[in-house]
Amino acid sequence: MTTQEQTIADYKTAEGSWWCPGCGDFGVLAALQKALLDLAVPPEQIALVAGIGCSGKIGNYINSYNLHVTHGRTMPAALGLKLGNRELTVIAAGGDGDGYAIGMGHFIHAIRRNPDITYLVMDNQIYGLTKGQSSPTSAEGFLTRSTPEGTIEHPVRPMQLAIAAGATFVAQGFSSNQKQLVDLIKAGIQHRGFSLINTISPCVTFNKVNTYDWYKQSLLNLDTVPDYDPSDRGRAMAMLMERDELVNGLVYEAKDTKPFEDRLVGFRAEGLANQDWHLDEAVFNKILDDYR
Amino acid sequence: MLDEIVWEIGGEQGQGLDSTSDIFATVCNRAGYYVYAYKTFQSRIKGGHTDFTSRVSKRRLLSPAPAVHVMVAMDQECIDLLTGQLRPDGLLLADAHFKPAVGSGVDLIAFDMTSLAREMGNPIYRNVIAIGASAALLGLPLQPFKDYIVDKFGRKGQAVVDGNWSALDTGAEQARKLAGGRTFQMSPPPQGKVDRLLVSGNDAVALGAIAGGCRAVFAYPITPASEILEIAARYFPRFGGVAVQMEDELASLAACVGAGFSGVRAMTASAGPGISLMQENLGLAGMTETPLVVVDTQRGGPSTGMPTKQEQGDLFALILGGHGEAPRIVLAPGTADQAFRDAALAFNLADNYHCPVLIASDLGLADWQQTVEPFDLSSVEIDRGPMADATELERIGRDVFERYADSPSGVSARSFPGMVNGQFLATGAEHGRMGKVTENPGNRTRMMDRRLHKIRHLEFNGEAVPGLEYSGPENPEVLLISYGSPIGAAWEAAEILGEKGLRAGVAQVRVLNPLPLDELRRLTESAGHSFCIENNALGQLAFLMRANGVAAPVRSVLKYDGTLFRGEEVAQRVNDLLLREEVQVA
Repeated sequence: MTTQEQTIADYKTAEGSWWCPGCGDFGVLAALQKALLDLAVPPEQIALVAGIGCSGKIGNYINSYNLHVTHGRTMPAALGLKLGNRELTVIAAGGDGDGYAIGMGHFIHAIRRNPDITYLVMDNQIYGLTKGQSSPTSAEGFLTRSTPEGTIEHPVRPMQLAIAAGATFVAQGFSSNQKQLVDLIKAGIQHRGFSLINTISPCVTFNKVNTYDWYKQSLLNLDTVPDYDPSDRGRAMAMLMERDELVNGLVYEAKDTKPFEDRLVGFRAEGLANQDWHLDEAVFNKILDDYR
Repeated sequence: MLDEIVWEIGGEQGQGLDSTSDIFATVCNRAGYYVYAYKTFQSRIKGGHTDFTSRVSKRRLLSPAPAVHVMVAMDQECIDLLTGQLRPDGLLLADAHFKPAVGSGVDLIAFDMTSLAREMGNPIYRNVIAIGASAALLGLPLQPFKDYIVDKFGRKGQAVVDGNWSALDTGAEQARKLAGGRTFQMSPPPQGKVDRLLVSGNDAVALGAIAGGCRAVFAYPITPASEILEIAARYFPRFGGVAVQMEDELASLAACVGAGFSGVRAMTASAGPGISLMQENLGLAGMTETPLVVVDTQRGGPSTGMPTKQEQGDLFALILGGHGEAPRIVLAPGTADQAFRDAALAFNLADNYHCPVLIASDLGLADWQQTVEPFDLSSVEIDRGPMADATELERIGRDVFERYADSPSGVSARSFPGMVNGQFLATGAEHGRMGKVTENPGNRTRMMDRRLHKIRHLEFNGEAVPGLEYSGPENPEVLLISYGSPIGAAWEAAEILGEKGLRAGVAQVRVLNPLPLDELRRLTESAGHSFCIENNALGQLAFLMRANGVAAPVRSVLKYDGTLFRGEEVAQRVNDLLLREEVQVA
């Protein structure tokens, strides 16, 4: 544990950014750093697992233990990390392509397991780093280099999928709404279980349709909806369907959930990585009896 | 008096033959004999032919037997398929209930086991009756079987014990009566209590991993690797650990990378199709220098191939698979005791060399049971390898620690999440000393060299890790090179060739990467004729030897029909190759 008072500088690295000026990912990075500072998580207790794509570079800019993995595999890598040392604050981060195309299978299974991981998806509805192809969240008819006649596939609805799969915390942030995004990330980290925070993070270079202005006009801020109750799963699902997921705020949170780690039999509170692994001779011999 | 007997039971899958075979093998093992138990099975749950064989001997034998003394047939298909495996004086024991038909020359002993079992009040006694009859025909004492029954079913009450005892006695009486004087007589087991285990290679790998500090297993079910996950799941709750059945093999290895990064010892186990999927994250582990262990229980490939059949076709995939060039240590146990030691060693090597360590098992090793001395926990060390010093990290402050620093060995100290000032970026992208991404050509060359060179020579505890184990005379006329489960057949073949007057030696390759090239060069140059015995079609080890400059001629003895080598089969094929060259064989 660090003893002195932390500042935002404690969560930053000296690395210069590779992102385009104006990229939504700057806002996500800033919000994450602010949330970690507000929660006073010491940098050495943070493990950040990032995917491939522009968003996956987020780990380069956060002073924490960073694991930058293969495309689409943030979910299982983060699970292994969390189970390896459950004392850590584990954050996964990636883009819509990383999470909902190549990583879709892992996304659903991570939710089913409900480990205490916070997953930030920086959703810009396009592939940026490969210079402008359609993404699983691209709208039908969206013109890209790989869909010159417009995409003819139905877009993925990640939050509905998540709730259907049993997600216990689902939110959507917007990189332009820093205050709300910081609050959502803090709530996600504090939630005991898996938290999906899909974050609208516009691509200023390749997505000329879903721009900051477009989102500002299209998104409904759930904080402004009277009587919206994020503990009501049916209402959350209905809201997402009505609005085609164009909402921002806390969509759904199940209280009193038990994360995966708490449901494992014999799993101790101390991180596995910190334990003494020498087996007791009697325990080992008892096992050998099964083979005698 | 025989020093070796071979017993086989065959019938339909789902008839309980596996547990019957398990009883027979366990009892023989407990009695103090050496057992090698193997089976034929299919990729289906019920129906289809299955058979189990126990090779019971006074000494350690680790390959399928040439012929069977007593075969138990539980259906006609077993008779049609297997009676060719009987010795000329072998006995076929069959349940008369299905009206067995045999060809001429087969010595059939049949009585209605099904009806007898029903009379005794439980149809499952049929298999126990068969065991009793088998023991009588083989000249094995019944008492060890009775002791086992008490041990296994005592908790269920005296009635169950009595019923089983009676089934054993009935079977033995019937068989003795029908066989007359034609029974075999196995020489008695050693006097006194013998404490040995009967384990498969999968059991041994899982137990070695547990002993070696593995506390996280992430795997996806696949034949013939699934037991490793199951064993971890069974025992971890006793001392804290996590076994997760993942959604696929991509996730299994990704989870191992995450766990390895956290500092815990993590492992996955799979077979060929899973290994293909794991290639991307083997690259990631190599690039990020994250320790982890992968077990490959090789089976017939490519694609789905033959899931329940033996092969060693994954060497290239294990050593060279995937894109780019990354370090991988590949160990090759051939026996269960080696599998136990290698599994524990694998974690120490992973932690000392910061790369994936792969264990090249194979179906024959993974699935078949063998007698071993009890595994010795005290022989297992846990050595975490080069680690950053927490006090030193506190002193130097942040942004100073170089996770990928240059070092003479090429291995640089790791920090673990939780260590103050040890933060770094572990990335699959090329990076500099602190982990920051860079494509600088000089850095690239330095990093590639460091990662690839660090595993050129393996040491543990200051001693070289043996890459090869040789048994046999100096300058042998015939050198048999092998690895994995075929080693049992190679050892037997060397004996058989020895009986023919040829001085034969066996080199068991224990590390497939880095290959023990100096020893292989020396041995092949000093031997008269060298043969590489492998269960694959391309001669993958021989290929790797040649590619790495082992220049002396080595001929391949290959088998890729899905079955294991037998000792006399290897001897015969080597003999044939020698005769073709007109080498005089006595």
